[in-house]
Amino acid sequence: MAGSNTKQVTFHLRRFEPGKDAEPHWEDHSIEVTPGMTVLDGLWKVKELSAPSLAWRSSCRMGICGSCGMLINGRPRLACNTQVSELGSAIVAVAPLPNFDIIKDLVPDLRPIFETHREMLPYLLRDDTAEQEDPTREYRQTPHELEQYLQFSYCIKCGCCMAACPTVATDAQYAGPMPLGQAHRYDSDTRDAGFDRRREVLAGGSGPWRCHFAGECSQVCPKGVDPAKAIQLMKRQLVSDLLRLRRRTPPAAVAEAPHGTMRDDIPAAPPRTVTEA
Amino acid sequence: MQTRGHPNRLGIRGWVGGGRWGFERYMYTLHRLSGLALLVYFTMHIFVTSTRAVGPDAWKQTMSVVSGPLFTMGEYLVFAAFAFHAVNGIRLGAIELGFAVGRPIEPVYPYQTSVGGQRRLARAVLMIAFVVALWGGLDFFVWK
Repeated sequence: MAGSNTKQVTFHLRRFEPGKDAEPHWEDHSIEVTPGMTVLDGLWKVKELSAPSLAWRSSCRMGICGSCGMLINGRPRLACNTQVSELGSAIVAVAPLPNFDIIKDLVPDLRPIFETHREMLPYLLRDDTAEQEDPTREYRQTPHELEQYLQFSYCIKCGCCMAACPTVATDAQYAGPMPLGQAHRYDSDTRDAGFDRRREVLAGGSGPWRCHFAGECSQVCPKGVDPAKAIQLMKRQLVSDLLRLRRRTPPAAVAEAPHGTMRDDIPAAPPRTVTEA
Repeated sequence: MQTRGHPNRLGIRGWVGGGRWGFERYMYTLHRLSGLALLVYFTMHIFVTSTRAVGPDAWKQTMSVVSGPLFTMGEYLVFAAFAFHAVNGIRLGAIELGFAVGRPIEPVYPYQTSVGGQRRLARAVLMIAFVVALWGGLDFFVWK
């Protein structure tokens, strides 16, 4: 029986069964929605009550894993991060993220962005391989240097920015906001020395110069990463480098060992409560 | 690229498929369309002026065709497209050099984006383009 806080909402779902459907089609499922219910909760309810074969991808339910990116009421969002009530509509239209092939129902094929992401060398590139394999200490970095890339490191690779980008919509060769933003995340890290190698990857039609600042990627990013800003700052870096105005500094060195004397009033650690077998 | 599922790329629909966020997407679309319009105009312009090389009669005949009200309106639309494309091009050039987008910040909800940071610049571009287009309209149709 419906409580006073429940509301009847129609989930308007884009369905596609490979091998059975020639084209995706829409299907309506009516469910009772309670306050605080997310779109992801709604999908589980639809699956439980009326569409057992409905497929989507989700995992953490708290906006961390980036699995449940979907087109919800015309906007790319995380299903777990979107409450039905905030949509302000009795109809919740859910479709797979556009600009990605559909594997089934609401499951997009995200492999192309992961492949492009890998091409951007998204890790610290340095010569001291031995130190990286077997670290002695951390690399030195100031809070100000950290701020230069911290925002971009919050990316969860959900693909919402790629679904919103109008350039990605027409240009399959364009790398897109997620991989480019992550390339800049490492280019602006003072511990990294891979700018020249990434510049070679970024040259050409697939690089940042295809971005003309529609700004949609930043508007829809569920983590506030602002890929559009990263891409513009990357362009500034590339132009500065071309004009030889970019300051080239060696990557941050390993921090020195702390010096001074050890305090003698630090209590000893308690004995282990669990012993290894 | 090899298709791995049912294709779902938006294509041209993706240029106008947004619209629930900022107006920068429409400026993006308008910039592309005005650029294409200018390209078409330049092609036509070269064709029209090249008739002068054929002879005075061909030139006069072509000019009589392109001096009608329809072409005058078309020329004005090209001028308006030029006004927007030029002023917005300056905005895009500045943004691509990292101006007006701000520095990287800690993302704290509600998130502030670079799009909001350059919004005043975008509004200024629209106003300047509108004033230039209006001035052009007076010159085309009123002052002659």
